[in-house]
Amino acid sequence: MFRPDRLLLSPSREADKGGFVNPRDPAGGSTAAPPTPEPARDPRERIVLDPTGVRRALVRMAHEILERNEDPSALYLVGIPNGGVPLAREIARRLREIAGVDVTVGILDTTLYRDDHGVTGERPALRTTEMPSAVDDRVVVLVDDVASTGRTIRAAMDALMDFGRPRAVQVVALVDRGHRELPIKIDYVGKNIPTETSEEVILRGRDGGLEGPLEVVVHSRGGSA
Amino acid sequence: MIGRDLLSMDDLERAEIERVLDTAVHMQEVGLREVKKVPTLRGRTIVNLFFEPSTRTRTSFEIAGKRLSADVINFSSQGSSLSKAESILDTAKTLDAMAPDAVVVRHGVAGVPRRIADVLRSPVINAGDGAHEHPTQALLDLFTVRQEKGRIDGLTVAIVGDIAHSRVARSNITGFLKMGAEVRVAGPPTMLPPAVETLGVKAMTRLEEAIEGADVVMMLRIQRERMGAPVFPSVREYAARYGLDREKLRYAKDDVIVMHPGPVNRGVELAPELADQAPSVILNQVRNGVAVRMAVLYLFAGRPRGAEGD
Repeated sequence: MFRPDRLLLSPSREADKGGFVNPRDPAGGSTAAPPTPEPARDPRERIVLDPTGVRRALVRMAHEILERNEDPSALYLVGIPNGGVPLAREIARRLREIAGVDVTVGILDTTLYRDDHGVTGERPALRTTEMPSAVDDRVVVLVDDVASTGRTIRAAMDALMDFGRPRAVQVVALVDRGHRELPIKIDYVGKNIPTETSEEVILRGRDGGLEGPLEVVVHSRGGSA
Repeated sequence: MIGRDLLSMDDLERAEIERVLDTAVHMQEVGLREVKKVPTLRGRTIVNLFFEPSTRTRTSFEIAGKRLSADVINFSSQGSSLSKAESILDTAKTLDAMAPDAVVVRHGVAGVPRRIADVLRSPVINAGDGAHEHPTQALLDLFTVRQEKGRIDGLTVAIVGDIAHSRVARSNITGFLKMGAEVRVAGPPTMLPPAVETLGVKAMTRLEEAIEGADVVMMLRIQRERMGAPVFPSVREYAARYGLDREKLRYAKDDVIVMHPGPVNRGVELAPELADQAPSVILNQVRNGVAVRMAVLYLFAGRPRGAEGD
């Protein structure tokens, strides 16, 4: 269960007010060592966005969303589970802080719309969908943690259309790792991270789930394990 | 679970039952949308093969399949070769040649779905066979109880009626025991199967005793076609001793829920005022049937055994 009150990304959020990070700057507060000593990191893992980097990226994207959309009251943030949900809530919190707007936040699971339902193996577990109000005539901002092939976004758009007819759809991704297979454009990117296909990009909290300060790590599968 | 048969509640481990119930929670959300359809099983075929009349189970499977975008074909014993004395196995082989992704079977004789499963490459879902099993009914009952009570483990469940001839009772006994509930069964001695306690339930012949302190009371439908048989008491006598009304329900817990697989014989096994309102959850059971069958089709439908595209 996501607990928005536990997802305040920074214990000292005064420090980063106006902390604008250039999206094209690959060093944007990303590879700094974690502030507290960690119990032995997995050597196959590298941090590409630490909690400060995540926070700054979200603040910046909140500003960009406001710049791009003249009528913030039409905004409707929709998190794609699991990682997109705490991110959507955090962006909504920032929008309230910056512009005083209360933006609707929804959750949209794309599993039933995926294009890879094979006949072998197991069906993926379904996750929560919770769309608190109609999407008609709203500007829906889909929020995903990691954008890659574009297939999740494609599925999310199909799912969204079953809930109505949004005025426009835009996409936020905290990380864009490339490898696009569909003509999908991400409107707001937290950080571009070139990856090998064998690598895995993971958003996670300190507990290994999605609680507490979030960070993004790249995990090289394969290897010596 | 893809490609596996669902013939009996014995086929499912506890964790698998939980998986079906968890999936059904999300399927239920789909049913609340304005567009109640998702593309998940697009291009897949589900065959309803009903050798016995059924309204709610067949409709429920049909709606479930359609909400997942599968093509649903209904074969019933009227108006098909099923009434032309084509053997059941011949029918099954004919169907197999059409390569469906799941076949839902109901038959009046116990064991027929298993025989059909033996010749079919598609997974077979048992939608009720004789007095044997009705696993999707048990799953939807488990789902309803979990939804109402928040858990199943540790609850006391009383099943009342013709236990010996009820596939609903049999599947539910297995299901509730696997999920950690205490199960009691009650009915006239002629309607309790011999050695029923070897299943792990407590058998009683007084309704009041069975429902004392129960969290869930499940009343079974008395089959009118069986009335008048020597084992059967008169309807009046049955209603007086085994029919549930508000008066008797006071033996159960204050927050008891009353279930019934439908259709209800009002005034026989269930007093009319209990059939239609709280604490009865009968309409929830019907509603949940679609979500649970969507979950079953989602998890089981498919032909993984190299049987694609013949």
